[in-house]
Amino acid sequence: MAGTAVLRPVTWRSARVVGLRDETATARTITLVVRDWPGHIAGQHVDVRLTAPDGYSAVRSYSIASAPNSDGRIEITVERLPNGEVSPYLTKELMVGDDLELRGPIGGWFVWRRGQTEPIQLVAGGSGIVPLMAMIRSRASAGSFAPFRLLYSVREPGAVFYRDELQALSDQDHSVIVTYAYTRVTPKDSPRPPGRIDAMLIAAGTWPSDLGPTSYVCGPTSFVENATDLLIAAGHGRENIRTERFGATGERK
Amino acid sequence: MAIISRGFAGRRSAAEAKLPPGQYLTTDFPVLSAGPTPHISLDRWEFTIDDGSRVLKRWDWKSFRELPSETITVDIHCVTRWSKLGTSWEGVSLDVLLADVKTDSPYAMFRSYGDYTTNLPLKGVLNKQAWVAFKFDGADLAPEHGGPARLLVPHLYLWKSAKWVKGMTLMEHDKPGFWEGLGYHIYGDPWLEQRYSDQ
Repeated sequence: MAGTAVLRPVTWRSARVVGLRDETATARTITLVVRDWPGHIAGQHVDVRLTAPDGYSAVRSYSIASAPNSDGRIEITVERLPNGEVSPYLTKELMVGDDLELRGPIGGWFVWRRGQTEPIQLVAGGSGIVPLMAMIRSRASAGSFAPFRLLYSVREPGAVFYRDELQALSDQDHSVIVTYAYTRVTPKDSPRPPGRIDAMLIAAGTWPSDLGPTSYVCGPTSFVENATDLLIAAGHGRENIRTERFGATGERK
Repeated sequence: MAIISRGFAGRRSAAEAKLPPGQYLTTDFPVLSAGPTPHISLDRWEFTIDDGSRVLKRWDWKSFRELPSETITVDIHCVTRWSKLGTSWEGVSLDVLLADVKTDSPYAMFRSYGDYTTNLPLKGVLNKQAWVAFKFDGADLAPEHGGPARLLVPHLYLWKSAKWVKGMTLMEHDKPGFWEGLGYHIYGDPWLEQRYSDQ
C-alpha cells in the first residue's frame, strides 16, 4: 500500500466565495478563489474554518469537487446535516463575497493522478460522489483515455448531485459509464426496484476484475463495508480498492 | 488574525472544553480506513513481535487471550476531528506483551492485516499507554472497528491505534508508517494538534 507523499505546507489561507449553486434541496456547491492555492490532486480534501465574532472557531473537512487547475479556484459540495454545526452555515448563510479560511490540500492516498491509465471503478454512496466527481472532471480536463465507470448509489432521483454534467460527460465520451442505483425511490422507468447495491448490480455496473481496475469507494461506513465486500467477492484484489468513509456525524464532505 | 464569519455563532457545550484543540464531540463511532475491511478468522490470527530479522514472541488467539487483560475507559480523538469521550475497551497492555522482550530499540512499526503500518516510539506505548484491544463496550470488537484485535493508543490520534493489528517490529530508528508517509505527523499528539508532517 505504498503511496506517494504529498507534503505541502498546510497553512491557513483566505478564500473568497465567488459562486454558489444548489445541487439538491440539501446540498450546495461553493466556488472559492483561494489566495496562493498550491493546486491539488483529484480526491484530496480541505479543512474549512469558521470563526465567530468572539473568537470561537469550528473546523470541518470537505472533499474538493473540482478538477485541478492553475487559477486558484476550487469547488466543494456540502451536504446539510440536520444537526450540523458548520454545514447549515455553509449551505444557508454563506453569500458570494464572503471570506473563509481554508487549508490544504490534504490527503495523498484516496487520489487519482492523471498519469494513471488503468480502468477506474468509482463507487459512490450519497455525498460520497464529491471526491469521485473531482476524479471524473480531472480525467476530462486532462484529456485522459483511462476508462472510467461510476456506480452511484443514491436515496432517490432528487438526491443526485451533478446529474446534467454526468449525463453530458457520458454522452460525449462513452468511456465514462454511469450506473445509478436508487435505494428508496426509483425513477418511473427504472427496471430495478429500490434497494442497496448487491452482487447483481456489481456484476452489471462495474468493470470485471480481470481488467485490473483500481476502485475508489466513498460513502457512509455501512455503504463502503457492503460495496467493498461485494467487490472482493467479485474477484477484485483488496490492494486495488481504496476507500474513504464518513460517519453519520462525521461531516466529511 | 482569523477571518470572522459573518453570522456564524457555532455551538458550544461544556463537554467541548475537555477536547483537544480543533476537535468536536460525536456520540457515534465513525470509521476511517484506507481500504477494505479484512475479515480474519480467529484460528488464523496471530500477533508477533520481531526485531526485523527474527521473531521474538508469537501468540495465537488462544494464548493471547490467556494473557492478563484489563478494562480501560478512555477518550479517543480522530485526526478527522471527531472525539468520543469515555469509550470502554478490554485489551492486553503492551507492558504485558513486551514484559520479557529484551531490546535496546527505541521505536516500533506496528503491522496490520491488510498491510497497514504505523510507527510509535516505545516510550509512547509502555507504562499503561497502549493495549491490544479485543472488546469494545463489552462486546467482541467488530471488524470495521479493527476486530478481532486492534492497537489502542488513546493519548495519540486514532490512526496510531492500528486496526487488525498482527504484530510489531522493533526498530533502531524511527520510520514513517502508512499515513505518516502520506503527510500525517510522525507522532500525532492531539493536545499539541500534531496533525500534519510539516508542523
